[in-house]
Amino acid sequence: MLGIAILVFRETLEAALVVTVVFAATRGVPGRARWISAGIAAGVLGAVAVALSTGIIADAVQGMGQELFNATVLFAAVAMIAWHAIWMATHGRALAVQMKTLGSAVSVGRRPLTALLIVVALAILREGSEVVLFLFAQAAGGAQWWDIAGGIALGVVGGCATGLALYFGLLRIPIRHFFTATNWLLLLLAAGMASQAARFLVQADLLPSLGPRLWDSSALLSDRSLLGQTLHALVGYDARPAGVQVLFYVVTGALIAIGMRLCGKPRTRSPG
Amino acid sequence: MIILKHVLVIAAILMAELTLGTATVAAQDTDVRVVIKDHKFVPAEITVPAGKKIKLIVENQDATAEEFESYELNREKVVPGKGQIAIFVGPLSPGRYPFFGDFHKDTAKGVLIVQ
Repeated sequence: MLGIAILVFRETLEAALVVTVVFAATRGVPGRARWISAGIAAGVLGAVAVALSTGIIADAVQGMGQELFNATVLFAAVAMIAWHAIWMATHGRALAVQMKTLGSAVSVGRRPLTALLIVVALAILREGSEVVLFLFAQAAGGAQWWDIAGGIALGVVGGCATGLALYFGLLRIPIRHFFTATNWLLLLLAAGMASQAARFLVQADLLPSLGPRLWDSSALLSDRSLLGQTLHALVGYDARPAGVQVLFYVVTGALIAIGMRLCGKPRTRSPG
Repeated sequence: MIILKHVLVIAAILMAELTLGTATVAAQDTDVRVVIKDHKFVPAEITVPAGKKIKLIVENQDATAEEFESYELNREKVVPGKGQIAIFVGPLSPGRYPFFGDFHKDTAKGVLIVQ
């Protein structure tokens, strides 16, 4: 049961951290719990569908379907996060002022929640499909149903608890800085996803690695440690990145930051 | 904006350095095969040459899926039951690069020895 719980926990943790950042970033939006629940439900269904199509995906595109699929999912999430972060930079200040004066229950107008629903669904789809495959393998290997059920329960509870801890940590940020903080978190999340996508494309030999191992910081902070995995999910930490991963990370982060700056400029200056 | 400019300059330098650096490495792929049977890797030790890009072909003879994973190689890929996948790694420097099957960690262990 413990082995099952650990794998389920690891995958749940990564998805839960993404959901947490999204949940924090949508603070004050009415009906956000419904949106995010819908994203989670869609992600779980998607995970089962992906797990069932593993053979088809793996054989597609000369055996590189899996890498292309993962990279596409990650890039789609990056695009959705970028859209949201830039939108928030444009409207965030007004939101914070409204929330400060009227309390957090106020309606803050239309927000591109669809983008974040997709981010949540994609995160769960990616991590969840591995869990589903693993559980199939366990069941086929003769694991008892209570071991599987107990493992899932422990793993999911553990992963979600870590997400909740992060959420309540984020809530301690003063409200005037809150959306700035969540926007930076979204930016780093997107940069990390772009780096992961690049790694998949190198693995499929579709991108040059630009140095297969730019550095090795595993002695300082291992990928396998809880902190390493948390930082991997949140800010894209990688102990042994390929050069092209770092490039994708930096460029994605810079592009989103520039987009936020350009769109977030106060429009007080007269043109010309 | 100043920070952004710095970031972009660093990115540009990084790109230039890495492109020049890798251009000098002669890339000739080397194919190696490993089989998963009864949730074990056969052979469990594979020796490959250093400084070459390796195409690692993993054939899963078991009925259930496995996930090929390696922290040292920074790779992970699902291998479907009764399926086969390929993973590109390297060029690697000499050393030992352990890998494992994430779905059967107790038995599925192997190591890529680069010389």
